[in-house]
Amino acid sequence: MRSKTFASAVAMLFVVAGVTPANAEIVITQKAKKFDKKRIEIKKGDSVKFINADSIAHNIHSRSRGNKFDLGVSKPGTSVSKVFDKNGKFKVRCAIHPKMKLTVKVN
Amino acid sequence: MGVPVCNKNKLSKFAITMVATASAFATFVSTTAISAEKKSREEWKKEYVRPSTIPFPTDNPYTAAKADLGRTLFFDPRLSGANYISCGTCHNPSFAWGDGLAKGIGHAMTRLGRRTPTILNLAWGEDLMWDGRFESLEQQALGPMSAAVEMNQNMKAIVAELEAIPEYRTLFNVSFPGKGITVDNIAKAIATFERTVVSGVAPFDRWIAGDENAISASAKRGFDLYNNKANCVACHSGWNFTDSSFHDIGLPDKDIGRGKIVPGVVVMQHAFKVPTLRNAVERAPYMHDGSLKNLYSVVEHYDNGFVKRPSTSNEIYKLNLTQSEKTDLVEFMKTLSSKDAPVALPRLPAYDQTVAGSLNVSPAAGPSADSGTPSVQKGSCNTFLMHYIPCSK
Repeated sequence: MRSKTFASAVAMLFVVAGVTPANAEIVITQKAKKFDKKRIEIKKGDSVKFINADSIAHNIHSRSRGNKFDLGVSKPGTSVSKVFDKNGKFKVRCAIHPKMKLTVKVN
Repeated sequence: MGVPVCNKNKLSKFAITMVATASAFATFVSTTAISAEKKSREEWKKEYVRPSTIPFPTDNPYTAAKADLGRTLFFDPRLSGANYISCGTCHNPSFAWGDGLAKGIGHAMTRLGRRTPTILNLAWGEDLMWDGRFESLEQQALGPMSAAVEMNQNMKAIVAELEAIPEYRTLFNVSFPGKGITVDNIAKAIATFERTVVSGVAPFDRWIAGDENAISASAKRGFDLYNNKANCVACHSGWNFTDSSFHDIGLPDKDIGRGKIVPGVVVMQHAFKVPTLRNAVERAPYMHDGSLKNLYSVVEHYDNGFVKRPSTSNEIYKLNLTQSEKTDLVEFMKTLSSKDAPVALPRLPAYDQTVAGSLNVSPAAGPSADSGTPSVQKGSCNTFLMHYIPCSK
């Protein structure tokens, strides 16, 4: 009961302070020239972390209207992250390997 | 959400972290340790087993009648504006479905900007053409046909032209009951035929299947180099010896390739489709610009002959191959040739003999001479379907 009250107090404090709740980070792994998922649904403000677990370089980019971006080349063993701060459905691809396709739906 | 979620904040159940969403902080890069895979020869061999079936899309499934019709269309020069260029003119089965030229030649002897790619094994392809502009074989089939510098066919006229040939009416009605001759069905038939063009069993395949005498010791050493020191496998992977990827391999020409299709992505500048290595011996010269005359030259290019620029592929680096290693690599690639049986040309449907008429074509004339076809200057880009010539837009 005490912790519930404490939680409410903390939540109220943040609301008063205009602070938004923490956003989630979704992990996508690139392995064997594939994304480990073909489609994900996330919330606005969430980030997607792309981990290159392959032995070759990859790229992450999107040409979807309203959310075009290019995260450049990610070498083996590195990761890049992208915050999705717009609602919509976006196609994310590796420009180098066109068979790598991921749809990100942001609600 | 149905996806793994990493909660960054584990210090407190109620702790809340403010996440900056400004674009300047929207991306970041970190490094983690990933150990490189080391595989034995036997493990690598498992990755090169031939598939047992050809994939066909659900919206254009295989039928024998459709494949036969596509084969007839593929070799019929009447699909070009001046009626003298067929798909098979450039994709000549005697050259392993290429043309043996450094750069293709199109309508009115127009020299094209890139080498003619083979159509071998395109059933497994993705984003077709050197620059990947077409997502399907159905789209691709119409590209060269309608490009003014290639086959220069007026696509508004092609249906009527084929309708005037009685046997084509029959063949289309058999393959597409109730629909007959349409531009889409022309594309579907040609694409279906193209998917059946698969390289045959080569000495390499017999080795993979267990025949140790199928290839030489030098070729086996070449296979080991291919998958390790020479790093060819980074892109030319799997039974078809391509992963359909795009790379700038450091050829010193001005053609930016996929950079036109995917502007703004640095690594796509000067990037081109990784071609299959199947039957490569029969398909010289090499590269998108036809600048390398034989496979030894290709190996030397990758060893130390490339230019380094911001877009150069991460997989391209100095290899320090010895002369004998280069020879082994070439010997290995030679084992990929299946020496397929000669391809018989189809008998082409005859014109209607029951009605009077004349053909309004002039093979000696340039693109502007064909009725209804817009003129185009060499090297320009007034159609999105243009095949080889880099667009200036």
